[in-house]
Amino acid sequence: MKSMLTALLAGLVFGLGLILSGMANPAKVLGFLDLAGAWDPSLAFVMAGAIAIGLVAFTTARGRARSLLGEPMRMPTATRIDRRLVGGSILFGIGWGIAGFCPGPALVALGMGEAKAMVFVAAMLAGMGLHALLERRTAAAPAAT
Amino acid sequence: MVIDWNAFTPVAASAGGALIGLAAAIFLLFNGRIAGISGVLGGLLAPARGDVGWRVAFVLGLVGAPGAWLLLAARPALQVDASWGALVVAGLLVGIGTRYASGCTSGHGVCGLSRLSPRSLVATLTFMAAGFATVYLVRHLFA
Repeated sequence: MKSMLTALLAGLVFGLGLILSGMANPAKVLGFLDLAGAWDPSLAFVMAGAIAIGLVAFTTARGRARSLLGEPMRMPTATRIDRRLVGGSILFGIGWGIAGFCPGPALVALGMGEAKAMVFVAAMLAGMGLHALLERRTAAAPAAT
Repeated sequence: MVIDWNAFTPVAASAGGALIGLAAAIFLLFNGRIAGISGVLGGLLAPARGDVGWRVAFVLGLVGAPGAWLLLAARPALQVDASWGALVVAGLLVGIGTRYASGCTSGHGVCGLSRLSPRSLVATLTFMAAGFATVYLVRHLFA
């Protein structure tokens, strides 16, 4: 139960940070991605602010086996830099550049009742579902010899 | 490169960024998890037992943030210029791309870089480069 509350709090603080930083607004994100136009460097400051705190948190957490609530620490184990990582990131970056939405800001904009965010989130969930479907097919297919 | 000084908001951006970092810290230290939005959301599409509640709670926090914001401050600016069709294409690409890459701006960009993960650095540089290139094509080449 406690872990649900901290998850809710983390989501809420995350969303407030996106709003305060202006990153919930796609026009501002695109202002950063538009290097050849009138460039708005704000997004780089958002990343710097977040990573400054994140570095402290992840350094503190290093070596811990359990969280403060006694949950196991679930850190990513993948280290391979492969086609999935790079190809997926390219697709994501293209979509990000088209609309100015990435997953977090899209959910916050959804919470503002923005109809365009609803359409984007619905399409994003469809994309995630498509990935799950393709992965299941790959897993079900007999291994290539 | 011309800096748009009127749009540039370094103080709000840094402070908002610090809040995002704080959220990632809360989630890491209390829940033992990475605050990656695409992963939290994507996991809901193939739900496992005991793995749904915290995901829903995190997403509710995000979606509820504007409501909390409005208790204290004015309605934030929100401008979506993309057409409906472009939003559908963009959403599909973001959905499938973030799942194949196992992360997005939050999971790789904020948490991964904070963990000093080489994999996340490659992902972040790649999606940033793709974003820069896409906006260049859309706004300057095909405009």
